[in-house]
Amino acid sequence: MYATRTRQARPEPFAVHPGIAERLGLPYMDGALAISAVALAAFSVFTLSQSTLHDVPGSPNYFVDRQVIYAGLGIVGMYLLTRVDYSRFRELRVGIYTFLFVSISLVFAFGFAARGSRRAFDLPLFSFQPSELGKLLLVLALAGFVIDGARKGSDWQRTVRYLCLGLAPAALVFLQPDLGTSLVFGAITLAVMYVGGVPWTHFAVIGAAIVALTAIVLVVAPGVGTPILKAYQTERLTSFLDPSEDPSDAGYQQNQAKTAIGSGEITGRGDRATQTRLDFVPERHTDFIFAVIGERYGFMGAALVLSLYALLIWRALRIVTLSKNSYGTLVAGGIAAMLLFQVFVNVGMNLGIMPITGIPLPLMSYGGSSVLATFLAIGVLQSIHMQARLSQKGRFAW
Amino acid sequence: MYLRSDERGPAMSNRLALRIAVLGGFAVVLFAILFFCLWQLQVLDGDEYLAEAKNNRTREYRVSAPRGEILDRDGELLVGNRTSLALQVNPRKLPAGKAERRAELSQLAELTHGTLRSVRRRMREELKLAPAAPVTLRRDVGNYLVYYLQENQDRFPGVEVQRVFVRDYPNGTLAAHVLGNVGEISEDELKEPQYRLLQPGDEIGQDGVEYTYDRYLRGRPGLTRIQVDALGQPTPNGQLVSRPPVPGESLKLSIDSEVQVAGESALAARGLPGAFVTMDVHTGEILGLGSFPTYEPALFTRPLTQKQVDETYLNPAAPLADRAISGLYPTGSTFKLITALAALEEGVISPTDVVVDSGSITVGGQPFQNAGGAALGPVSMVSALQYSSDVYFYLLGLKMWDTGGLQRWAYRLGIGRPTGIDLPGGEESLLPTQHWRNQLYAEGGTDRPWSAGDNIQLATGQGDLQTNPLQMAVAYATLGNGGTVVTPHVGKEITDAAGRVLKEFAPPPRRQVHFDPEYRSVILEGLHDAAQVSGGTSFEVFGGFPIPVAGKTGTAQRVGHADQSWYIVLAPYPDPQIVTAVTIEEGGFGAESAAPVALDILEAYFNKQAAGSAGPNGGSPG
Repeated sequence: MYATRTRQARPEPFAVHPGIAERLGLPYMDGALAISAVALAAFSVFTLSQSTLHDVPGSPNYFVDRQVIYAGLGIVGMYLLTRVDYSRFRELRVGIYTFLFVSISLVFAFGFAARGSRRAFDLPLFSFQPSELGKLLLVLALAGFVIDGARKGSDWQRTVRYLCLGLAPAALVFLQPDLGTSLVFGAITLAVMYVGGVPWTHFAVIGAAIVALTAIVLVVAPGVGTPILKAYQTERLTSFLDPSEDPSDAGYQQNQAKTAIGSGEITGRGDRATQTRLDFVPERHTDFIFAVIGERYGFMGAALVLSLYALLIWRALRIVTLSKNSYGTLVAGGIAAMLLFQVFVNVGMNLGIMPITGIPLPLMSYGGSSVLATFLAIGVLQSIHMQARLSQKGRFAW
Repeated sequence: MYLRSDERGPAMSNRLALRIAVLGGFAVVLFAILFFCLWQLQVLDGDEYLAEAKNNRTREYRVSAPRGEILDRDGELLVGNRTSLALQVNPRKLPAGKAERRAELSQLAELTHGTLRSVRRRMREELKLAPAAPVTLRRDVGNYLVYYLQENQDRFPGVEVQRVFVRDYPNGTLAAHVLGNVGEISEDELKEPQYRLLQPGDEIGQDGVEYTYDRYLRGRPGLTRIQVDALGQPTPNGQLVSRPPVPGESLKLSIDSEVQVAGESALAARGLPGAFVTMDVHTGEILGLGSFPTYEPALFTRPLTQKQVDETYLNPAAPLADRAISGLYPTGSTFKLITALAALEEGVISPTDVVVDSGSITVGGQPFQNAGGAALGPVSMVSALQYSSDVYFYLLGLKMWDTGGLQRWAYRLGIGRPTGIDLPGGEESLLPTQHWRNQLYAEGGTDRPWSAGDNIQLATGQGDLQTNPLQMAVAYATLGNGGTVVTPHVGKEITDAAGRVLKEFAPPPRRQVHFDPEYRSVILEGLHDAAQVSGGTSFEVFGGFPIPVAGKTGTAQRVGHADQSWYIVLAPYPDPQIVTAVTIEEGGFGAESAAPVALDILEAYFNKQAAGSAGPNGGSPG
């Protein structure tokens, strides 16, 4: 092969006989990215193992076992994606987009309903939530469309086209209803457009439209009697502004989460934790797992987790700058924004500064679809990293 | 890690570089916000949240303490406790839906003989003071209800049955008016200082000695602080603090069950409203005190049905009223003892002065007649008391009509003032005086001022006089014991569970009254002759009684009623140990109904004394 011949032409002392690490491509991967992702997943398993012992009667390790399997599958998937040239996804953008659309739509037909919302398929091993994987698929497809349309039509036409492409699946997810994921879809769309070079003025207009839309959805529409959001959604979105003592209120849950985190103080309460151990904080293995960390492991544990996320996102942003092509830049930018948005909204929700939107904490929250999809997204980042490193060395593939 | 030059990819446009930089800056800002908030929550305000979290997860439950037992003077149980089942509602486990909640509560209301409204009010009140604690809807529920609820548990989420202590009265109605009853503390009572440690739902004595000695009997509830989860459910091994309840101390009364039984059954046999009191003349210890009609104290351990409410509260015979201490009666001739002492001490008459009883006297144009109009001829103090000559005492009343001497002595002996007995209940009474009547007249409350007729009436226990058997018993006891106005009391001692005496009650005498012992002998002789010398007013009843006694009949005219029968007796004569006063509304002549009741009581008392002294220990216990 061409690449092999090139290497023979320019022999390198340390790579004449490629070792096992070289064969696995490890030198070309972003170690810090991989380590931070795996560390977060490990921390998740550790936290679940300590805090969910009594959640499922009779099987103390119910959540732990499953989360280990999901994380394992995710790591394998991440590695496999690392070895795939992400540029192939650009060619598959229409197929990916179609798959995204169909899988989300199928949920309406075949998905099972949980708490009034249809968002997942019930598979034999676990329930699969297409919208979680959909976040990554949207990044991959939308980035392709942006590259594709870079030279077609006027600026405004392109902006509107990207918006429509991104917001269509977001709307579909919103109808499940899954407000949190649809917001993530929206954030991804804006991020890809941003990195794609959509003019600042357009963002100003879009920003104004978002403010106006928020006002209409939360204030005007309920006022004239045609609410767009369900009552519980509105309450969740607004309750962080007005916490309440009523246990049935969303604001109460947030208060309890804040109390849980605050009570952890610097070193945490360990097994003496009460807020998250005695059900005062709801959804402690999923949306409010950060509160569990805050209470059990204190500022030291919570700050460690936040630092790992900061590392993760820094590495993602760095990969944005390293990418060998524009598609990689856009994909990395989309994934970085997706992670940043989810971490900020989820942790902010736990800390009581963001509304309750049901967005999981990537890699930490229990849930197969989310863990798997996040590892795959990091696999794509690794692929971009690896391709960039290989191209600098003048090698394209084995 | 800095970028090595050879790691750089294709050169980015400056525009893209700017955008990435802005995105990176944005990320830095967002993380800074998260770190700052985390720092503030955990490091700066952490202790506040920790306190809140600790407060969050604990619930305190009070464990009710059994009330102390009430015993008679021989240690016989008068009031005990039994465990019973109480119906409680855990508000946190009630259905969330408004309609379902309403349906369940109204069903519960029906099962507990209440209304939806009363159940709701009760829950509101208790939850205000003890949030999230179970609310007791009804105590002492029957087994049928418990079984019903257990069989239909799914229909009554949040309903629990708990074991509580309920007062138990092994002797039924015995001494009901002395014992009183317990009931849940009211909102107003909670504000009173002596109940400041109590909580809604706690039981306190509402009447009788249960009320007076509540602080000894009450005990101290235990406290269990347990860890709960968000639903208020106790967590496994979550018991944090436990302070066991301290049972109430036992109260030993001076009541002698045998005297009490004798008095109550004799009264009940007459079937007329009435009362009796038997008291130790030296110490003021009440040996028996009863009122008829009576009631079942056990009635108040369960919510009353409408029928029971009608029978107790709305009954014209007023079974709850303790006629022995709150009756308002004229006393008839039993008052003559007081008139006699007053006249002798005031120098109005001497024991040997003889008055001719012609059957009637006329004062101010108004005739005053002997009962039955009989003329007794010449009488002295002793025979006047023996035959109960009204004319003799009319004259004494007339002689003292404007000196106030009669009132002075009556008041010294305790008529018209509280006796200080350790039982609740208004000790109202009225000793008519010149001043009182004139003032009433001036205020337009009556049609005429004080006149000689009023005092003549008072001299024979008639007219405006309103007193009760207890006051009369104290007055007789004062004469009987030589001048000590005792404080009547039923509480004798407080003992712990092992029977050790913790506190003895011996209230000091109210005051001393000084009178000539010779006068005392004369009056007692007259009373003795009345009871046990042929021709005496109660000779028919007491003539055959082996113990010498000194007793006086009374037949009081009461407006709107048939004559009221009275009998007050000091025994044994001439150095009395006890006094017994009996009155029976509409009972006719004193010798007719009240005296036989007194006889039954004295027989019971002296039979026991005789049995006690004949016993192996040579004396009665206590």
